[in-house]
Amino acid sequence: MKDFLTRRKLLTAGAITLGGLALSGCDPLSRSPDFRSFLKSGEGLTMGAQRALMFGQPLAREFSERDISPKFKANGTKDPKTAAYQALVDSNFTNWSLTIDGLVDRPQTLSLAELQALPARTQITRHDCVEGWSAIGKWRGAQLGPLLQTAGLKPNARFAVMHCADNYGGGKDMYYESIDLIDGFHPQTILAYELNGQPLEVSHGAPLRLRVERQLGYKQAKYLMRIEIVERLDSFGHGKGGYWEDRGYEWYAGI
Amino acid sequence: MTSISETIYRHTRIVRIAHWINALCFLMLLMSGLQIFNAHPMLYWGQYGADYDTPWLSVSGGLPFQFTLPGYRDLGAGRNWHFFFAWALVINGIIYLVFNLINRHLQRDIIPRKEELKPAHLWEEVVHHAQFKRIRGSRAKTYNTLQKISYAVVIFLLFPLIILTGLTMSPGFNAIAPFLLDIFGGRQSARSVHFIAANLLVAFLVIHLVEVVVAGAWNEIRSMITGKFVVPQPKALAEDTQ
Repeated sequence: MKDFLTRRKLLTAGAITLGGLALSGCDPLSRSPDFRSFLKSGEGLTMGAQRALMFGQPLAREFSERDISPKFKANGTKDPKTAAYQALVDSNFTNWSLTIDGLVDRPQTLSLAELQALPARTQITRHDCVEGWSAIGKWRGAQLGPLLQTAGLKPNARFAVMHCADNYGGGKDMYYESIDLIDGFHPQTILAYELNGQPLEVSHGAPLRLRVERQLGYKQAKYLMRIEIVERLDSFGHGKGGYWEDRGYEWYAGI
Repeated sequence: MTSISETIYRHTRIVRIAHWINALCFLMLLMSGLQIFNAHPMLYWGQYGADYDTPWLSVSGGLPFQFTLPGYRDLGAGRNWHFFFAWALVINGIIYLVFNLINRHLQRDIIPRKEELKPAHLWEEVVHHAQFKRIRGSRAKTYNTLQKISYAVVIFLLFPLIILTGLTMSPGFNAIAPFLLDIFGGRQSARSVHFIAANLLVAFLVIHLVEVVVAGAWNEIRSMITGKFVVPQPKALAEDTQ
């Protein structure tokens, strides 16, 4: 019995040492950009596997009215403090317009009324925050695909970059996001101006936000101002394709 | 004493390699999983769940970051670790299953035989385990029934469950396999089951480590590294089997 306890103590000590080594060894690794990009090879596998399995571009689950969250949590920027945005709020967004330009044949400028006059899609979908929570809401908006077709994409067009009116936390970097054309032309990818039958509130991205339903919340860019069609993403922000991507999140947010 | 000690080849190379890769993956997934949990340390049942809804578990302030990977708040890095080792775990698990189904190790050594599942036999083993007695002689050459049951639960139930609930949390995978949402009752339920399964795997690990010590830590660990296992001799024959 005596040596049993000794051995157990030794093993416990060994396990604690190993655990400590694992902890102390991993933090420098977590901070190393090279090691992070090695870990991020998992993202490529995930995107490749999910895209390969998405035969015929399946839809995200659509729910019924009774599944809607009693209160839809707002996250990220809830009220952009810039003077330019406050002026738009003061005008009740009558001065606001959405620009679609970049690698297109016919750049577009649309007022909110013009967007609302387009054929609309209504979808009750689940919003999944990268933090882990979910909320279900009913979104209504114009599909992005037909708008891109109207603008006419040039042959080298690959991504749609969403330029937003907010700077998260009041910092110098404006929020932006990007999706590729697979998601750009997905039927559930809409520019939403309504949540649960009401015009989008400021906290939810008034007057217009992106819904790209098979990805996480940080892709659902709020306060849309401009959609720029591009070939590459490296010239925007810090080059990773989005505000949160520049801060360590995956560009493909399907998981 | 050495003249009567018997050494057997207990674990095949594929089992040994898969075991240690799995151990590393599990540790990394557990710690990075706690990092991800800490981003919203509340769990819900159902399709949705956020701050305005009622959680069934809420850890105010989250768990200490000494237990997470990285050891400070960084959800993005935690997710990078988690998904990297999730792929490693799944690929390792598939290789393990394919080889050990073909060579019939799983059917022969892990799935309990019918007569082993008789209540009287199980009770005898429970009593033996409760006494923390080392199994000796020829019976030490095979897994005992409780051991088989716990390995089978881990291999065929808990790991598949934790992988499937993990996939059910993926909005992309929901579009590919929407039936998973119905099986688990929603994304937030899947998140809860994922957390519970992780806790059950930790419980398994604790018991597993205790049993390694009871059975003879050095002999057991060596057998999982080199494959060679010295069969503990009955007490009457040898007092010092270490």
